[in-house]
Amino acid sequence: MPDNAIEMVGITKIFPGVVANDGVDFSVAVGEIHALLGENGAGKSTLMSILFGLYDCDSGTIKVRGKEERIRSPNDATELGIGMVHQHFKLVHNFTVTENIVLGLEPRTGTGDVDLASAEKRVAELSERYGLSVNPRDRIESITVGMQQRVEILKILYRNAEILIFDEPTAVLTPQEIDELLDILKRLRDEGKTIVLITHKLREIKEAASRCTVLRRGKLVGVVDVALASEEQLAEMMVGRSVSFRLDKAPAKPGEVVLRIEDLTVIGSKGVPAVRGLSLEVRAGEVVGVAGVDGNGQSELVAAIAGLLPVKSGRILLKGRDLAHAKIRERIQAGIGLVPEDRHKHGLVLDFRLDENLALKDFMKEPFSNRWGFLDFAAIAKHADELIAQFDIRAGSGAATKASSMSGGNQQKAVIAREIDLSPELLVVAQPTRGLDVGAIEYIHRRIIDERDKGRAVLVISFELDEILNLCDRIAAISKGEVVGVLEASEADERRIGAMMAGMKGGSRARQS
Amino acid sequence: MRASRDAPLQDRILDTFTSSDGLVSVAVVLLGFLMGTLLVALVGRNPAGMYSAIVQVVSGWDLRRGIWNARYIGEWLVMSIPLVLCGLSVAFAGRTGLFNIGAEGQYVVGLTAAQFVALFAPHTAGLHWVLAILAAVAAGALWGGIVGALKARYSVSEVVATIMMNYIAYFSSRVLTQLIPGANTYRTPTFPDTARLDSPFLQALTNGSRLNYGLWLAVASVLFFWVVIGKTRLGFSLRATGLNKDAARYGGINVTASVTTAMAISGAFAGLAGAVVSLGSFSYGRVLGGLDGYGFDGIAVALVGNSTALGTALAGLLFGMLKSAQPLMQSRQIPKEIASIIMGLVVVFISLRAGVRMLVEWRMKELARKGRTIE
Repeated sequence: MPDNAIEMVGITKIFPGVVANDGVDFSVAVGEIHALLGENGAGKSTLMSILFGLYDCDSGTIKVRGKEERIRSPNDATELGIGMVHQHFKLVHNFTVTENIVLGLEPRTGTGDVDLASAEKRVAELSERYGLSVNPRDRIESITVGMQQRVEILKILYRNAEILIFDEPTAVLTPQEIDELLDILKRLRDEGKTIVLITHKLREIKEAASRCTVLRRGKLVGVVDVALASEEQLAEMMVGRSVSFRLDKAPAKPGEVVLRIEDLTVIGSKGVPAVRGLSLEVRAGEVVGVAGVDGNGQSELVAAIAGLLPVKSGRILLKGRDLAHAKIRERIQAGIGLVPEDRHKHGLVLDFRLDENLALKDFMKEPFSNRWGFLDFAAIAKHADELIAQFDIRAGSGAATKASSMSGGNQQKAVIAREIDLSPELLVVAQPTRGLDVGAIEYIHRRIIDERDKGRAVLVISFELDEILNLCDRIAAISKGEVVGVLEASEADERRIGAMMAGMKGGSRARQS
Repeated sequence: MRASRDAPLQDRILDTFTSSDGLVSVAVVLLGFLMGTLLVALVGRNPAGMYSAIVQVVSGWDLRRGIWNARYIGEWLVMSIPLVLCGLSVAFAGRTGLFNIGAEGQYVVGLTAAQFVALFAPHTAGLHWVLAILAAVAAGALWGGIVGALKARYSVSEVVATIMMNYIAYFSSRVLTQLIPGANTYRTPTFPDTARLDSPFLQALTNGSRLNYGLWLAVASVLFFWVVIGKTRLGFSLRATGLNKDAARYGGINVTASVTTAMAISGAFAGLAGAVVSLGSFSYGRVLGGLDGYGFDGIAVALVGNSTALGTALAGLLFGMLKSAQPLMQSRQIPKEIASIIMGLVVVFISLRAGVRMLVEWRMKELARKGRTIE
């Protein structure tokens, strides 16, 4: 019997202009949890997509259980007993758990009807055996995200997968759900399954994995025995230099209240309230963080502050002035700088030049345009040059660079530069570092703290709990559109916030602000 | 090592022609002519005839007989003006993220409005035709603006709306024009001279062609397009809205107003084209018996011109050249359909720009494979 469930040798995959995988070797032993670690863009997902048959590699060989295979499609992969749990679930919301699981290979009764009863029985058995505690008859829309993920796991177990690939499975989970997931992974391993865990979170690797393969910029950096490596060493392998995780910052000196949100209700895209009677305060000179799992009203909260979504009821007071129903333009002029969560959708006009993007919010004012409506390109370029220097934005052709040709980190720096430069009373930053590498993250965190120290009020919304804990002076946990509680950073830890994010007010001394 | 020496030249040519959209257009036009030439040869005629017809249209020189007649140049420009204006109409919408298939309808309402003012406004020299032009511009702007407002407020697809508006314009024009006293089923009474765009100077310069003040209006329109889109606050808002509506809105731009304004300006160009044709090339108002087609040709003109001011002007001149070369080609035993085929080929090839991009991407991939460099 071969020792390796998977052996990938010399895998190379080239996308236009980018070598996503460059001669990568990757092997996983039968019955282990093997972590695949790397920053965004390191080539982890590409490598696993090749294994799962989503991409064809340009060169290299793949052996599954010692036998060389060509995997041309996910169906081939399924036949070989390889299953993948994607970051974004592929479930039909108004179907039951069982209906979702059997979709595509429904068992039939003698008369040709779908035999749901026998399918339900088998789902229940699998759920029992691996400790997933999923009810086969629940509808997807009525169960939690963590539970939906287990349905995805059941889906591939139902198809007899022996090798399970998890693509960043913890990104959508609360800390408690993460712990439960890691337990499930161990249980699956104990039952003889082989697991590949794609992640950039070191704690999860330390907790669950036995070995770890590290990729950086498409190349293999090394394979380490997790027990023998510290988190710092893993981080260094991933980034290529030593990194500090703690942001050193002076204690906040909060002043007057700048932003007061009172009993805010916002209707979300599904027509039901996404933000429900939310209240929150941000004072000058402090960073307040909104912690929560994706989809609990954060996006709608940001959109309501920006003026992109109408406010159904409640008030948004900036220094006492109610802006809940003000035009977007008025909010910008009142001094709200806002870094949107999706920099490609809202933050930038990708086909515009960098200098045009940096003037996107104030091109209509002096000095960028004169009173007859003509633009002053020299002033726009000069302003851009200043921000480029001040914020260390790296762009190939300076102010004239097309935004689309810049790296994600530099695009984000550009958006942050523009918003800070608008001299806002209030800086709202949604997902400040999503998809960025460690260097850019450190820089952006630093700039946010600098703004705080200059006496600005800062509101940070993030799904990354580490980021919230690191950056913020006060932390508001949000669940189902409500602030469950607000903690001082000193009394906050992952457990308590996690419990609040799950909707439990039991963060004990939590105060409603 | 010789191969690698040859390759750079080949690469350089490819690089040159794929480096900008403008050069892609040039390459595509050349390719269109090449295919047209082959086609002429294939049907057993001498392609030189086609080129001599084109030379005559553009320069006035009849190479066969060695005679120069500037009237050909004038007629070429007369043919090109509505193409340029309708091209600008489609291009303006294109630059702001909209697809205006309704230039034809906006052209028709402009033409109709101009005819009414020409027949009913006071015959004041120097003012009459200006009023008629303004009426046409306003009518075109209204016709486009309605579609813009529907799109901005109720998310009505501008493609569907403009197509429908084309029919409404055409049949309304017929009905209304026939109501004019003295009109029959194909024409109205003759326009007074004060309404016409005749320019004795331009006529004298081009040996009695129909060239008229429309030329200056077209030149002014090209400049207006270039300045508004590229140099003004309004143009910035419209372009930002066209390229990324969400980011524009978030940046404080009133997207609803932007879309409406963009379609109104777009329609104004086509409306002007209608006035120029009716007051410049005809001495009476027409009851349209069919669509003139300038608005639809404008789509191709804008496409070839990459929706820039200069590009659209050049593409309009190119299409005007092919159209006005048709009768001359026929007199040289070249099937006149060849001109239409070349126009069609150019449009097909330009639509293959996506294919050119794929070629470029494939090459980048090859380079990456050789260089093994990341980013």
